[in-house]
Amino acid sequence: MSRQSRVLAGIIGSGNIGTDLLMKLLRSDRIELRYFVGIDPASEGLRRATELGVEASAGGVEWLLARDELPELVFDATSAHAHIAHANLLSAKQIQVVDLTPAALGPFVVPVVNLNSHMQAASLNMVTCGGQATIPIVAAVTRVCSVPYAEIIASIASRSAGPGTRANIDEFTETTARGLERVGGAARGKAIIILNPADPPLIMRDTVFCAIPNNADWESIADSIQAMVAAVAAYVPGYRLTAEPQFDPPRPEWSDNGRVAVFLEIEGRGDFLPPYAGNLDIMTAAAARVGEQLANTRLAMQP
Amino acid sequence: MSVVRITDTTLRDGSHAMRHQFSEEQVRLTVAALDAAGVPVVEVAHGDGLAGASFNYGFSLVDELRLIEAAAETARTAKIACLLLPGVGTARDMRAAAAAGAEVIRIATHCTEADIAIQHFGVARELGLETVGFLMLSHMVDPNTLASQARIMAAAGAECVYVVDSAGALLPPEAEERVHALVQELAEDAEVGYHGHQNLSLGVANSLLAHKAGARQIDGSTRGLGAGAGNAPTEILAAVFDRVGIETGINVAAILAAAEEIVAPYVTRQPFPDRSSITLGYAGAYSSFLLHAERVAERYGVSAYDILMEAGRRRYVGGQEDMLIDIAVALAQSRS
Repeated sequence: MSRQSRVLAGIIGSGNIGTDLLMKLLRSDRIELRYFVGIDPASEGLRRATELGVEASAGGVEWLLARDELPELVFDATSAHAHIAHANLLSAKQIQVVDLTPAALGPFVVPVVNLNSHMQAASLNMVTCGGQATIPIVAAVTRVCSVPYAEIIASIASRSAGPGTRANIDEFTETTARGLERVGGAARGKAIIILNPADPPLIMRDTVFCAIPNNADWESIADSIQAMVAAVAAYVPGYRLTAEPQFDPPRPEWSDNGRVAVFLEIEGRGDFLPPYAGNLDIMTAAAARVGEQLANTRLAMQP
Repeated sequence: MSVVRITDTTLRDGSHAMRHQFSEEQVRLTVAALDAAGVPVVEVAHGDGLAGASFNYGFSLVDELRLIEAAAETARTAKIACLLLPGVGTARDMRAAAAAGAEVIRIATHCTEADIAIQHFGVARELGLETVGFLMLSHMVDPNTLASQARIMAAAGAECVYVVDSAGALLPPEAEERVHALVQELAEDAEVGYHGHQNLSLGVANSLLAHKAGARQIDGSTRGLGAGAGNAPTEILAAVFDRVGIETGINVAAILAAAEEIVAPYVTRQPFPDRSSITLGYAGAYSSFLLHAERVAERYGVSAYDILMEAGRRRYVGGQEDMLIDIAVALAQSRS
């Protein structure tokens, strides 16, 4: 058998996220994105995929699993509910899944923070858009000092909040808060999301506040944050600080902790979604990054 | 005789002016006095609603659930209400508030984002709570758009939808036409309410016009204690409605005494239309930004006026207090 040069992959979900991810994966030299499936024959995503030479179908996961040559990797960009139905079908065929839905059946994964610990997981969950943007910053602080409490505020353009987010906004706040704790390393996490309808739409903005001990080394924290921003920007080019990290000395109402505040802006690449929708771009960019790393490992393990 | 139901939000909107430092004793004294004066609904929560305690909005001195419990224990006839902003608090927080004794839930979204509250109205109705929808920063959209958002809330289970002038920016005809549009849209399906701020000193006048246009629930705050220049004062609303012959059920002498003898003594900062507060109304910025803007203005050596004007220009919405730091840092940099 000849050595594979790329890993065969498919995307389930022909909505905005799936289609933006399609554009990103088509640029990969490690992933051969061959299949793109949805359930709505009229979807713009399916049309786009066909134009781009990808085998596209509205036949859902059943169509995908009926292919002669099955993918090794599948990206699920449907809904939490649908993903739960897909998970067993995919794992029965030994297909590894990158889950972009809020189902969170598998471990939370943020590429720059903890991907290496979960390379073998059957399903890797991408947390939330706010989580992908802010967890790296919390992790950058927790690698320097303890963080008893981390809080993030994600401000996104109303037009970039899809029906799924709107119908279950609690899922965003609760899942992101758990991610700040489990992956970011904060003892306690809190997430807030604000939708702003301004026109022209505002580019995604995230603020991260971390409580830090009164003896924390501000310079080391600032350096760690800068290094982390550069690491995320390697796969999300529009990820940047709008100001230097801001440090405040301890206050009694903060349980005598100090505070570091980090102001992020995430501009999307504009692959399928408009640039202001950095919240969606960071999800697809992070998922593509995870896919690339998984593909690298698979290719390296070939006999 | 025409009637209107007043909801007193001293212990919720007033939490902003108190920097969220209400004590349990202050809550008990206030609820007892308002209840005795005949105030039918008393709102208790962090200023930014359930689970608002945070770096972004300020931490509470006492856990709000403890305060809600104390209020519910104290009230004899008044119902205890809470505020919830989806995106800040969750259905879980609402359940906890109901368990602590809240009977009315007011669910607030920005005036164009009503659909993010649908799940919460559903849970509220399951819990048997009375439901009120809050369309914040109502000055930012035209009356018809506002009415269509009110319809989303009513369809989701809101029994009343408020025109909320969070920036204290609405001029009298603007307040009246918004209330009128909601009354036309909702008809028999839900009541309409009005929540006014004093940033341009129009809170009371707008409340009267709102009633004339069909609003049957009006918010006030004793001593005007609230964000920005404060809310339409409950004691003035009681007096004015009494003068025009509209029944509130509130005893004017008793609410005046509550304002003077119970609330005034603990107020650490009496809301007043000072430079920053007027700027909120003038620029159309969220009233809760006031103390945060002043704090960061001092921290970065820039003017609160400049910060608030910029916040209005950028059309920031409720909850984006973090952006004030961003503006202040940028102002400080551009000056140096």
